[in-house]
Amino acid sequence: MNAIITVVGTDQVGIIAKVSAFLAERSINIEDISQTVLSGNFVMMMMVDLSHGSKPLEVIKEELSVLSKSMEVSISVMHERVFSAMHRI
Amino acid sequence: MLFTPYEVKETVDMFLRYKLDIRAITLGVSLLDCAAVSGTETRRRIREKLLKVAGPLVKVGREIELEYGIPIINKRVSVTPIALIAASSDDENYTPYAKVLDDVAKELGIDFVGGFSALVQKGFSAGDRRLVDSIPEALSSSDRVCASVNVASTKSGINMDAVRRMGEIVKAAAELTADRDGLGCAKLVVFCNAPEDNPFMAGAFHGPGEGESCLNVGVSGPGVIKAALESHRGASFDELADTIKKTSFKITRMGQLVGMEAAKRLGVPFGILDLSLAPTPAVGDSVARILEEMGLESAGTHGTTAALAMLTDMVKKGGVMASTHVGGFSGAFIPVSEDEGMVAAVKAGTISLDKLEAMTSVCSVGLDMIALPGDTSAATIAAIIADEMAIGMVNNKTTAVRVIPVPGKKAGDWAEFGGLLGGAPIMAVNSAKSDVFISRGGRIPAPIHSFRN
Repeated sequence: MNAIITVVGTDQVGIIAKVSAFLAERSINIEDISQTVLSGNFVMMMMVDLSHGSKPLEVIKEELSVLSKSMEVSISVMHERVFSAMHRI
Repeated sequence: MLFTPYEVKETVDMFLRYKLDIRAITLGVSLLDCAAVSGTETRRRIREKLLKVAGPLVKVGREIELEYGIPIINKRVSVTPIALIAASSDDENYTPYAKVLDDVAKELGIDFVGGFSALVQKGFSAGDRRLVDSIPEALSSSDRVCASVNVASTKSGINMDAVRRMGEIVKAAAELTADRDGLGCAKLVVFCNAPEDNPFMAGAFHGPGEGESCLNVGVSGPGVIKAALESHRGASFDELADTIKKTSFKITRMGQLVGMEAAKRLGVPFGILDLSLAPTPAVGDSVARILEEMGLESAGTHGTTAALAMLTDMVKKGGVMASTHVGGFSGAFIPVSEDEGMVAAVKAGTISLDKLEAMTSVCSVGLDMIALPGDTSAATIAAIIADEMAIGMVNNKTTAVRVIPVPGKKAGDWAEFGGLLGGAPIMAVNSAKSDVFISRGGRIPAPIHSFRN
C-alpha cells in the first residue's frame, strides 16, 4: 500500500536524513518527496511504499511516533487513498 | 508529488488539528429471522446471529484505522426494532432482550447497540406496547443498548397516546437511573419520521425495509467546518455557503472511502453515509462555535436559526455531491450537553428551550441532550415531545426529542452524564401546565400535504 508521510515542525538540520534513514532501515521505499514552508511551518511530504516494510504497520507507526517526539516535529502516516478521495474527482 | 503541499497539509490538519473523525461505523443487522415462539429461543438466535455477523466488526474497524490513519470513534450495531422480533413470544417484559444485546456488545467490544425500538406512529401492536413498557428497566439494567420510539410521521400524523406514554416512560427512565443524573434518558429518543438507516445513536435501528445487513457510516467534523470559515471572516454568505459545501464534500468523500472499505471487508453491502456535524464536549468540536464564527456573539441569539439553516443545507449539498448514498440525518446536530459552545450559551443565558425548539425546524434532528428540572411532569415532557413531533410532521423532516429530567435537581444546577454525552446546566421549562391537552389521547391527523398520491 502507498502512504503519505508528512513531517511538520520548525526547520532543523537533518530532518530529511533522519526520516529517510528510519524508513530505509525498515525497507520502506520512498517513491516521491517534496518539502516546502507553509504558514511558517516546515512541511515535508513523502509518498512511500509500505508493502515491503520489514515490520508490521502498527510497530512502524509506534516507532515513528518515538522519532517524532525526539525531533520535536509532528509526523503523520495516512493512506494515499484518503488524499485521492478528498482532492481528486 | 501527486498532491500539492497545500492539499496534503489541508487533509492532515483536518484530522490532527480539527478533530475530523469517522464518528461511527454502524453495522445494521436484520433479526427478522430470529423470531420464535419462545423468548429464550429468540434470544439465543439473536445472540448467535450477532456473534456471527458482527463478530469481525471491531477488528475490521481497527485495521482500517491503522491502515488509513483515520480515527473511527465508535463501532456500533443496529438491529431490527425489537418490538417486531419479540412480539411472537409470550414474554411480557422485554428487558431480557436488552440484556442479550448488551452482553453481545460487551463480548465483541461494540460501543453501542441500537434497536430496542418500536414504530408506533399510527398505533400500538401488542409487542410495541410491551417494548415501550420495558424501556425504563431495559435502559437502567444495560449499558450499551439504546432505545427509540417513532411516535409520529408526516404520512400518519401524531399518535398522541404514544406521546403521552413516552412522557411517562422518560420520567420512569430518569427515576430508575437517578443515581447517574437520569442517564437512562440519554439512551432514549422519541422520533417523528425516524430514518431506517441512521448510524448515529441513540436513534439507530435497522428498519424493517432494510436488507439482511449493511454497513452505514456516520462522519462528523464540526471543527473542520469552523476552521474553514475562520479563513473567510467578513465574506458574504454566498462565499460562506460555498466554503461549507466544499469542505463537507471533502469530508464526505473520506467517509465514503472508509464506508466502502469497511463494507467490503465485512462482506456486506454499503448502506448509507450520514454526514452530520456531531459535536463532542471537547473544545474545538462544537456546532455552536460554527454559528458564532458566522458572526453571532453567542449561539441562541437572534440570527441563530438562519445561520443553522444555511449550515445544515450546505452540509447536505456538499454531502450529496460526494456520496451516491447519503442518508440518515445528514445535517447538523444541536445537542446541548455534548457541545461545549451550547453549554457556554446556556450558562450565559443566551439560549433557551424555546430558541432550541425553533432551531430544530432547520437542523437535522431535534431537541437533543437537554437536561430539565427533576420535577418536570410527565405531561409537560409529553407536551415538549408533541411540539417537536408537530414540527417534524408538518415540515416533512425528522425530528426527535432526547431530554433528561434530572431527578432531585432544579433549573441552573449542573447535570453530568460523562464521556461523549458530556454535562449541561439544567434548563427551565414553561411553568404553565399542559396536562389537560395531553390527557386527551387519540391521534393528531396527518397534514394535508401528506396526501401526495
